[in-house]
Amino acid sequence: MAVGEVMRMDIPAGGDLSVTSPELHVLAVDDSIVDRKVIERLLRISACKVTTVESGAMALQYLGLDGDKGASGLKDLKVNLIVTDYSMPGLTGYDLLKKIKESSVFREIPVVIMSSENILPRIEQCLREGAEDFLLKPVKLADVKRIKELIMRNEAEDCKTLSHSNKRKLAEDIDDTASSSSSSSSSSSLEDSSVKDFRSSKRMKSELSSPL
Amino acid sequence: MDALVAQLQMQYRNYTVSLYQQGFLDDQFTELKKLQDDASPDFVAEVLSLFFEDCVKLIGNMARALDQTGTVDFSQVGASVHQLKGSSSSVGAKRVKGLCITFKEYCEANNYEGCVRCLQQVDIEFKALQTKLQDMFNLEKQIIQAGGKVPQVDIN
Repeated sequence: MAVGEVMRMDIPAGGDLSVTSPELHVLAVDDSIVDRKVIERLLRISACKVTTVESGAMALQYLGLDGDKGASGLKDLKVNLIVTDYSMPGLTGYDLLKKIKESSVFREIPVVIMSSENILPRIEQCLREGAEDFLLKPVKLADVKRIKELIMRNEAEDCKTLSHSNKRKLAEDIDDTASSSSSSSSSSSLEDSSVKDFRSSKRMKSELSSPL
Repeated sequence: MDALVAQLQMQYRNYTVSLYQQGFLDDQFTELKKLQDDASPDFVAEVLSLFFEDCVKLIGNMARALDQTGTVDFSQVGASVHQLKGSSSSVGAKRVKGLCITFKEYCEANNYEGCVRCLQQVDIEFKALQTKLQDMFNLEKQIIQAGGKVPQVDIN
């Protein structure tokens, strides 16, 4: 998912700009029908779009990662966050987390694990594997609000860092071009390379933060 | 009409508070009420309905697993107990959840009599909660029919 995407607002037809925060699309995975109903409501009330599935296998199918057709049509899905229960029959939440982080397409999507059991080694294992956070069940509104703020803040920081690094690079380019007379076409190619640099440094950042 | 509404509202408040005081409900139930609004006025009732269906299903599984002539697969019983513990926790069904904790320990200890006792108790307990909540929801309906609003009940 491109860095700027989640910050794009869906402006309704009437042009009403009173909607100030863009909607996250959350994929919620839980084998309990009761918990699915609750998490769906918690997320909806927190102004998120929600898709619920009852298993890790169905989550992978939804994302297009189940190996049948590969990750096709994924540009339309735009899942911004995955929230999954840990203990599920078949693929556990941990297995699902691993599969998502192994995918070059979906690894950037934050994954939050939920569990009714406060088992420290389990929590550490999930965080090491790249989970964004760990929620202890029963999940409350405050937990969902916190997660949403965390995700939105991360996305905003990514946008800010991108624009700052571009500005910095541009300023350096301008200084360079001022001191030596070079054409404008060379500075635009430098702009492009700074965007590429940001993306690779972001990947590096997430790789570094994974092994604790 | 106002006097009737006020009376019903007081009845409702007292009844709700008693459910918490008697340990039927805990603060997760309060959390669920926060998620209910005019757009979703039946949210709590819907979740609880799903929960009670879940109880019937899981208790059936446990009964079948405990009914094996020969060796009982306690891990199979335990798996259903774990699920019931999870969903009761998610709706604030405090007594049911507490029973599940005990039940789980009996499963882990392969204690047949303990498990059978817990199974009977869990069945009684979820049905008692179902009745209590039905009474609570009925009071809500009566308040609304009398032209009043269901009050927010402050447990603390």
